[in-house]
Amino acid sequence: MNISILVTCLCDAIYPHVAESMVRILHRYGIPLDFPEMQTCCGQPAFNSGYWEEARVAAMTTIASFEDSDFVIAPSGSCVGMIRHHYPTLFKEDQEMLRKVNALMEKTYEFTQFLVHVLGITDLGATFPYNVTYHPSCHGNRLLGVKDEPYQLLSHVKGCKLIPLPFATDCCGFGGTFSVKLSDLSGAMVQEKVEHVMETEAEVLVGLDMACLMNIGGRLSHEGKNIRVMHLAELLYEGVKRANE
Amino acid sequence: MSEQRDMDDLKERVRVALNNDFLRNAVKFTTEKLRKGKQAATDELGNWEEWRERGKQIRLQTIAHLDYYLSLFVDNLRAAGGKVHFASTAEEAVQISLKIMKAKQAKSVVKSKSMVSEEVQINQALEEAGIEVVETDLGEYIIQLANETPSHIIIPAIHRNRNQVAELFSEVAGEKLPADTTVLAGFARSKLREKFLQADIGITGCNFAIAESGSMVLFSNEGNARMVSTLPKTQITMMGMERIIPSWEDLEVMATLLPRAATGQKLTVYMSAIHGPKRNDEVDGPEELHVIIIDNGRSHQLGDPDFQEVLHCIRCGACLNACPVYRHIGGHAYGWVYSGPIGAVLTPVLNPDKGEWREVANASSLCGACYEACPVKIPLHDMLVYIRRRNVEEKRTDVIEKLGMSAFGKIASNHKRFRLAVKAGQLGQKFIARKGKITAKVGPLKNWTTYRVAPTFAQRSFRESWRQLDQELKQEMSLPQNQEIRQRMQEIIAKRGEKSE
Repeated sequence: MNISILVTCLCDAIYPHVAESMVRILHRYGIPLDFPEMQTCCGQPAFNSGYWEEARVAAMTTIASFEDSDFVIAPSGSCVGMIRHHYPTLFKEDQEMLRKVNALMEKTYEFTQFLVHVLGITDLGATFPYNVTYHPSCHGNRLLGVKDEPYQLLSHVKGCKLIPLPFATDCCGFGGTFSVKLSDLSGAMVQEKVEHVMETEAEVLVGLDMACLMNIGGRLSHEGKNIRVMHLAELLYEGVKRANE
Repeated sequence: MSEQRDMDDLKERVRVALNNDFLRNAVKFTTEKLRKGKQAATDELGNWEEWRERGKQIRLQTIAHLDYYLSLFVDNLRAAGGKVHFASTAEEAVQISLKIMKAKQAKSVVKSKSMVSEEVQINQALEEAGIEVVETDLGEYIIQLANETPSHIIIPAIHRNRNQVAELFSEVAGEKLPADTTVLAGFARSKLREKFLQADIGITGCNFAIAESGSMVLFSNEGNARMVSTLPKTQITMMGMERIIPSWEDLEVMATLLPRAATGQKLTVYMSAIHGPKRNDEVDGPEELHVIIIDNGRSHQLGDPDFQEVLHCIRCGACLNACPVYRHIGGHAYGWVYSGPIGAVLTPVLNPDKGEWREVANASSLCGACYEACPVKIPLHDMLVYIRRRNVEEKRTDVIEKLGMSAFGKIASNHKRFRLAVKAGQLGQKFIARKGKITAKVGPLKNWTTYRVAPTFAQRSFRESWRQLDQELKQEMSLPQNQEIRQRMQEIIAKRGEKSE
């Protein structure tokens, strides 16, 4: 059985420890993972900006990278959302590619979906004694339907007090190239998100997508706010290590 | 480079809105109230997702067979004594109206709220022709006095508060009115009552046109639509050609969806059904009823797989209330009469020749809150991307972005180039990174770092460290793979085969 990591370009280049945490968690359940080296980026930046030719090239690389995989797991709801929601649109006039797209769609999972729905695990035996608030990223939440999974996982973490984030499902304002094209607007949106995060008085902000966390964390840091920003995979892995100390 | 100028215009409108704290607070306050109201109303109703799906199916069926339902509506309306006019453009709609005005020697017109009449800019045309035109919806009355366009589909004066309204009304009254909502509404009521009684012609919009009977249904909260459609001797109703629904039974679904999605009301205060002009045995109603069915770019969407669904819109404004972009900039920044996510789609698709409005599709983070809020499930977030794609295909893009995307395509098509690009980033950042952070406001980074700290490339990318990690994990005694888990995974794989067979 080939179980593959879709690392996502952002976690590959900027946040490798997030992908590593995901790998180490799955390793604990005896899940052997492979990393198809051919992978690059899912193509979302180009797709969302309207550059579909470039997006198709990236998508074809992604599709080819995982042709031999039985399961594909990514630490991002947005990239998996791209595959599940937009790849069929990108190749709607190409039956041969559509067949491949369908094959990839049904075997690709966001990290928490894989844990909860495939492995059937919600309690990792982790301990993380902090006040935590969770930001549900839009694409994971709306395109992919990742709703309860992270809450189920967090609810079993010992010592972790989950504080509800006000207006949690409101967008953080990232939006890919939107954040630089209409930077003032994106800046206003992330400022609002940061204000909501601050209201919780949480010590840790957790999420499932590093792009959104890069945006919110970047604003928190810009404003000199001392809140730790983590991907849920990092939190869980750190929590498992802590429990075993 | 007109594309750059168009984008700069959009940025400037956004900047003006963002600097208006008053506007932002007012819009935020009201949209939050409406969002909460919608949530409560839909929770109370129950099975909201099923209602949405029913709404979608009705709109899908209607728009897919619009020619049939539209002609059925027209036949039934004519049979009921209504006069039907078709306008293919805004200009034609205006000319038809002016012709009716002239025939009736009309001097004054009262209007109830209608977005399509804003779209064709009937008020300006009437005023130029020397005809007094008065908006009778309170919000519309306010923006008419302020000489503005609506900044929300159902709450046109969402950006104004009572102090500003008091100032506007005081000017009309010729005396200082207090900023008290009861006094202000009372003033508007008495002022408008005079106008209702004087008016030669009433102009209304139309929420739903029922094909099976040729009737038109108006939703309103103030009762003014009923006054406009009963007091003047002549009534003109303007409707977009897509306002049709097949039957009264379908109206029940729409009447369940629209007010709940719009304001969180179970039903609007007034729901008026108009069936032809006044008959001999009736006491009130217009003697003549003219219905102007307006195309103005709509029929071009029919048969377009990307945009046909935009004609499903029932103009409830729920997408505006849910939209985080709208919340920060309000409606005027969108440039035309329709704002928010639906405006960002409608504006460029109804006005394909107006290049300056295409850029508005960029004002979205594509978060999908609009789709989630839409009572008839229009995929607005996808349509915004389709407009961007169209802009790229028609070469209406920024040169730097185009170069960047072309480079992206090359890097994303080959993992060796990807690895090199990451390497270049790792080396290049040495000049500007401090302790794993970038704060320098230089070059293309500036737009990011003005508001946020930027992260740095990791010293070793995941792919660079994978081999070592893989070996470490292979040597380490991992727990033997749980048999139960293994079985589950095999079952999942097996099921995929079944599905595709």
